[in-house]
Amino acid sequence: MIKANKLAYEYIRRDEEGNVEGIIRALDGVDLEIKKGDFVAILGHNGSGKSTIAKEINAILEPTEGTLFVNGLDVSDESKIWDVRQSAGMVFQNPDNQIVASLVEEDVAFGPENLGVPSPEIKQRVAYALEKVGMEDHRGSSPNALSGGQKQRVAIAGILAMKPKCIVLDEPTAMLDPGGRREVIKTLHELNKKEGITILLITHYMDEVTGADRVIVMDDGKIVMQGTPREIFSKVDEVKSHHLDVPQVTELAYELNKRGFRFPPGVLTKEEFINALLG
Amino acid sequence: MLYLDKVSYTYSPGTAMAMPALHEVSLEIPDGQFIGIIGHTGSGKSTLIQHLNGLVKPTGGVIYYNGRDIWDEDFSRKELRTKVGLVFQYPEHQLFETTVVKDVEFGPRNMKLENLEVQLRTFEALKTVGISDELYDASPFDLSGGQKRRVAIAGVLAMKPEVLVLDEPTAGLDPAGRDEILEAIFRIKRERNITVILVSHSMEDVARFVDRIIVMEHGSVKYDGSPKEVFRNYKELEEIGLAAPDVTYLTAMLRERGVGLPDVATTVEEAADMIERYCKH
Repeated sequence: MIKANKLAYEYIRRDEEGNVEGIIRALDGVDLEIKKGDFVAILGHNGSGKSTIAKEINAILEPTEGTLFVNGLDVSDESKIWDVRQSAGMVFQNPDNQIVASLVEEDVAFGPENLGVPSPEIKQRVAYALEKVGMEDHRGSSPNALSGGQKQRVAIAGILAMKPKCIVLDEPTAMLDPGGRREVIKTLHELNKKEGITILLITHYMDEVTGADRVIVMDDGKIVMQGTPREIFSKVDEVKSHHLDVPQVTELAYELNKRGFRFPPGVLTKEEFINALLG
Repeated sequence: MLYLDKVSYTYSPGTAMAMPALHEVSLEIPDGQFIGIIGHTGSGKSTLIQHLNGLVKPTGGVIYYNGRDIWDEDFSRKELRTKVGLVFQYPEHQLFETTVVKDVEFGPRNMKLENLEVQLRTFEALKTVGISDELYDASPFDLSGGQKRRVAIAGVLAMKPEVLVLDEPTAGLDPAGRDEILEAIFRIKRERNITVILVSHSMEDVARFVDRIIVMEHGSVKYDGSPKEVFRNYKELEEIGLAAPDVTYLTAMLRERGVGLPDVATTVEEAADMIERYCKH
């Protein structure tokens, strides 16, 4: 679905007069393969390069070096930009910046309309997309009347209506309350399991990645750790060395192990913790 | 001390667009408390804090600051705004000066303080939020997200407020940036012993730091108590779009399974202590 080979991205930093101050290498030789139907989470502190990857996948940025293929399409090929964006839809952090229409269903229809999909099919797609994110009852509402979590689900529906193979989400829950966060993460897992859509979730919240098939940790433009959530969070010190946290339950088991307990490494869920303690 | 007596607020009252945002909120906020306000988006938290320094005038009820009605004719709300410092969401969007120092100086200069006093306050504030001196002449726009936000907080701190109100100060930051901010806030609390009111979506952060949590729901106070008293209602909190820290659920589940913990825990440290004590007996 997504294949990067020695992918690099550099940008030039300029001062106020436009003189070159330096070159920043935001991505530095990233090799990455994401298979169809995977749920992959990317973690990394601000400036680690994780958002740059998302923008490359969406052909917003063109690779400086290396190659990147999305659904078999080369993102550097300008004639394919729209095909790339249709294959890998993108959801951003701020729900308010992504809403373009005054009614929910019009907002969701915006993408397929731009793709030139015939009207009867647009209707079908909008109904399908709103149902998949659990927002069918709000189709005639104004997006302004929705909560943050609902707005993000509408944004996801807008992408779904374009029938993408993959959805890339750049910190979609950063501005949401706990209820909104739960809604969005649950929706993503359902789309992944039931519709087979490949999900690439970029986040700062460690508890959102425990359900992913694979976790990628980025630092300094490189992939520094990669594995299942359990593999990643069993290395608490290494995760923390990249300025990240571990989920609270993992942290608790780690803390108790320092006090002589013997929890297996990488305890992720409350159930696992309880079984390990009582079992 | 701040005292709110049945404060109500309705947006666009008397029109078809009228929307009640606060309903008869009564609160006592004594000096020196560290308070967390939680509530889902639209629950009235932001409207509430905008009342504390007189940015919004209540449509009903009275707000007292040190015993005086802040909407009294001869009460200076300009002065109140230096006493009750408000740090808005995404405060880095409000940085505008060419250097870090100039930005922080802006507030105290507006208070018409002497030059020396302005400088002193500026350096003190920057030190408290952990901005080192090599950044003093940097452009605020060249700083990291966490640094920018700390500079913005220093700008409010330099006015020497008696109450510091922060609206979601860690939103959108990575864990390292979040910790920088929280440590800075904790240092402010410790060094100055002022009242700090923290509005947050992060239950873990709130549980770690504050003495008291106020839960807002539909413009009213739903719960008001210590983190433990409030998070004990984790089931009800979930119904209103909130949550308790993960360790609270974990310790509640352990108790249900017959593990004799004295109570639910609200921080990792506390949960570890409880479980250790239980297992060693």
